[in-house]
Amino acid sequence: MNYKMMGRFVAQILTIGAVFMLPALMISLYYREDRAVYGFLLTLGIFAVVIGLLQLTCRSAPSAFYAREGLVCVGVSWIVLSLLSCLPFYFSREIPKFIDAFFEIVSGFTTTGASILPEVESLSWGILYWRSFSHWLGGMGVLVFLLAFAPGNGKGQGFTMHLLRAESPGPNVGKLVPKIRKTAVILYILYLILTIANIIFLVIGKMPLLEAVCTAFGTAGTGGFGVKNDSLAGYSPYIQNVTTVFMALFGVNFSCYYLLMLGNFKSVFKDEELRLYVGIMLGSILLITLNLRGFYPTIGETIRHAAFQVSSIMTTTGFATTDFGQWPAFSQSLLLLLMVIGACAGSTGGGLKCARVLLLFKILRRNIHQVLHHRRVQSIRINDQVMDEKVLDGANAYLSAYIIILLLSFVVISLDGFSIGTNFSAVLACFNNIGPGLEAVGPTCNYAAYSVISKLVLILDMLAGRLEIFPILVLFSRSTWKQH
Amino acid sequence: MNIIIAGNGKVGSTLTRLLSAEGHDVTLIDTDTRVLEESQEQYDVMAVSGNCASMNTLLQAGVRETELLIAATDADAINLLCCTTAHCLNPKLHTIARIRDPEYTEQIYTMKDVFGLSMTINPEKQAAQEIAHLLQYPGFLKRDTFAKGRTEIVELRIDAASKLCNVALSDMDSVVGCRVLVCAVLRNGTAIAPNGSFVLREGDRIFVTAPAQNLTTLLRNLGIITRRVRRVMLCGGGRVSFYLAAMLDRHGISVQLIERDYGRCQELSALLPNVTVLHGDSTDHLLLESEGLSKVDALVSLTGIDELNMIISLYAQSRGVPQVITKLSRMENHAMIDALALGSVVCPRELCCNNIARYVRAMQNQTGAAVSVHMIAHGQAEAVEFHVDETTIHCDTPLKDLKLKENVLLVSITHGPHTEIPGGESSFTRGDTIVVVTSGQGTLRQLNDIFA
Repeated sequence: MNYKMMGRFVAQILTIGAVFMLPALMISLYYREDRAVYGFLLTLGIFAVVIGLLQLTCRSAPSAFYAREGLVCVGVSWIVLSLLSCLPFYFSREIPKFIDAFFEIVSGFTTTGASILPEVESLSWGILYWRSFSHWLGGMGVLVFLLAFAPGNGKGQGFTMHLLRAESPGPNVGKLVPKIRKTAVILYILYLILTIANIIFLVIGKMPLLEAVCTAFGTAGTGGFGVKNDSLAGYSPYIQNVTTVFMALFGVNFSCYYLLMLGNFKSVFKDEELRLYVGIMLGSILLITLNLRGFYPTIGETIRHAAFQVSSIMTTTGFATTDFGQWPAFSQSLLLLLMVIGACAGSTGGGLKCARVLLLFKILRRNIHQVLHHRRVQSIRINDQVMDEKVLDGANAYLSAYIIILLLSFVVISLDGFSIGTNFSAVLACFNNIGPGLEAVGPTCNYAAYSVISKLVLILDMLAGRLEIFPILVLFSRSTWKQH
Repeated sequence: MNIIIAGNGKVGSTLTRLLSAEGHDVTLIDTDTRVLEESQEQYDVMAVSGNCASMNTLLQAGVRETELLIAATDADAINLLCCTTAHCLNPKLHTIARIRDPEYTEQIYTMKDVFGLSMTINPEKQAAQEIAHLLQYPGFLKRDTFAKGRTEIVELRIDAASKLCNVALSDMDSVVGCRVLVCAVLRNGTAIAPNGSFVLREGDRIFVTAPAQNLTTLLRNLGIITRRVRRVMLCGGGRVSFYLAAMLDRHGISVQLIERDYGRCQELSALLPNVTVLHGDSTDHLLLESEGLSKVDALVSLTGIDELNMIISLYAQSRGVPQVITKLSRMENHAMIDALALGSVVCPRELCCNNIARYVRAMQNQTGAAVSVHMIAHGQAEAVEFHVDETTIHCDTPLKDLKLKENVLLVSITHGPHTEIPGGESSFTRGDTIVVVTSGQGTLRQLNDIFA
């Protein structure tokens, strides 16, 4: 294991984090929020010390760097970045407990949006901005950012593909163009354009600029941190509808946008995953609207709330316009199901991903066929491309790991004595990077009441969910750390 | 530049390494997903699996946005079809096909336009040409030619008995008796850019720049036998052997060719009437001795197995054959190969890949760009040839007043028919050809890049 090279790598990631903290500091300076300014300055000092020490100790790193190191780097750099980035919350005393601050920032970077704060309106603007910005950076991925814009990083080497793969979710990640740097730049440019469009639409709806920026960050990363206690319930229907549409847009595979940009409309229209995603979304909205008959005064309002909640949960954003904890059981169960399915592969959303669900169903169908015809050899296709058996194995392994982690976490956090519904939805909401669950962790409540151990478990769940499980699991594997 | 490489075999993967290191956008096509995955792990490239001669696969690989396609699968016919199809889809595309079968060579030359080919490469033929080139001046391990043959960089090995052993470079001219320049020294596997006080030791490999007409003087004064090669023994009867035997035969050199397979022997003797074709095992010492190993001027080991070639060459060296040349198809372990007394080593794959890399550079040729680039010292240094033209700065300024970049050395200036090894008073002017050696890879794109 090439620890020195990993040290340099982590130092680069931290530099990106520190640079992005500067706008938050500016905002705090502008609003004269003394405690937040103090928190940011102290944190930046710590960043500088840690980066300096890492650069100093890791000066003469051997250049050998393989897939193994790359994969370990992903998990380590996310954890280290989160540990340092949570410090402004803690130093400014706006979140008094360290574990809570850590939970909050991991929830931010993993685009979960699960909060331990009972109310957010008393937080200073700098802190609110930093909280929302963590969604934006975590949404497309800080490593992808590094690949796109850091000078000369892993130039021309194949292992960088693992970094991209670890952060852009999906069963079968490919590049858009031959060079990884160009791919990463294209992804970030598309991301930026969509985010700016979102901000513009929100500002047109008379939302104050800073609120619009924070809300757009939460939407773009499919995170869900809002700047109001009631999430988006207090805003006008126009703003809610804009957010519904943009959440759904950010849940789409970004390579679809690239194809649209190239004018290749046909293959986007025929994309099986996109069809499944849109189909499930529209179907769920319809079913929930039917189920909610009489719940809201007008049919228009019913559809608006149903659409917002379905879009928010399926893309794993976690904004809310209404307390869906009060909805009938069928609607709530449907939302739980959407939590598991999640958004498209290669989007900023979490969950199992539509592509993987599609793949798993096709594998299941093949197994059924094989029970009937023992000797049948059948390949599985998605978008008319034959899927490699390795990809299929990967999908199966992912599902097993997913279920095992889900159940174990569920058992561990049950120690705290909450109801089964609360615990189950809490694990689902964290692991799938959604945010609010049901009952005691519902949209109007928060995670503050859980014990430290439960919070640690949920933090690991969030990280595992965001990084597609394996980069976190390898950190716990003995063979990763064994010296050969 | 966008480049498609069809066929991810030995040549394909070497090309991938060279071209992706130079910053090109490379897309690989192969039918084997496993090798594609390995390449993707190693290099920053895109991979498409499928048949490279089919329209669909080519479109998927983005042939319409591509500037160059290199077809290097192991089947000539597929390479041809691949290039023709791709050219049909994108008429502006440059195509390079690997064509190895000697039977096709002629028809491809005449039908180049029909097939839509820009260039064909034949690694075996190139290797044969390289070997013939080496046999012209026995004593050099490797020769690189610049300025249309007027300047050469030759590689020499310093033995204990050599006149150059323990000589400082500043005294070299008096030993050699003509003006030469040592532009790089390979000691224990690492390339060194030497200065005047550098003392040569046994086992060093030196890269010497000299005007082509001085090569004979250089060899004679170093005490290396300059007898012309008259008798050559070739071990193995593959494609390289065939091309080489034909070339040597044309130059009136007597050739003995040993091949194990009887059928192939018959074919060869039908194709090469003047060559003595022997049926037998070329590792058989008795056979080699009885066919006059001690009397030949050179032995070239060309069997299909690297290990056999090494053993044959080691044996020939031990028997005192004046010049030994070894063909190896893999050269990954330079240090190990250098430690063995194999004589000159020729690697067809590296040769043809370097040729393609040169073609790629020429495609990007703007004014002032490199005319050709040769890798020397196991790729640790590059010799780059430039034309001095109107865009060049510092023309007619004496070199002692110029400041070059740290790892750059100006090794020759060719003015008309005359090549000069530059000193402090030398200068270059418009229309000259200059050769520059640098230890930084791919850093020199323009002539003006050499100045600090």
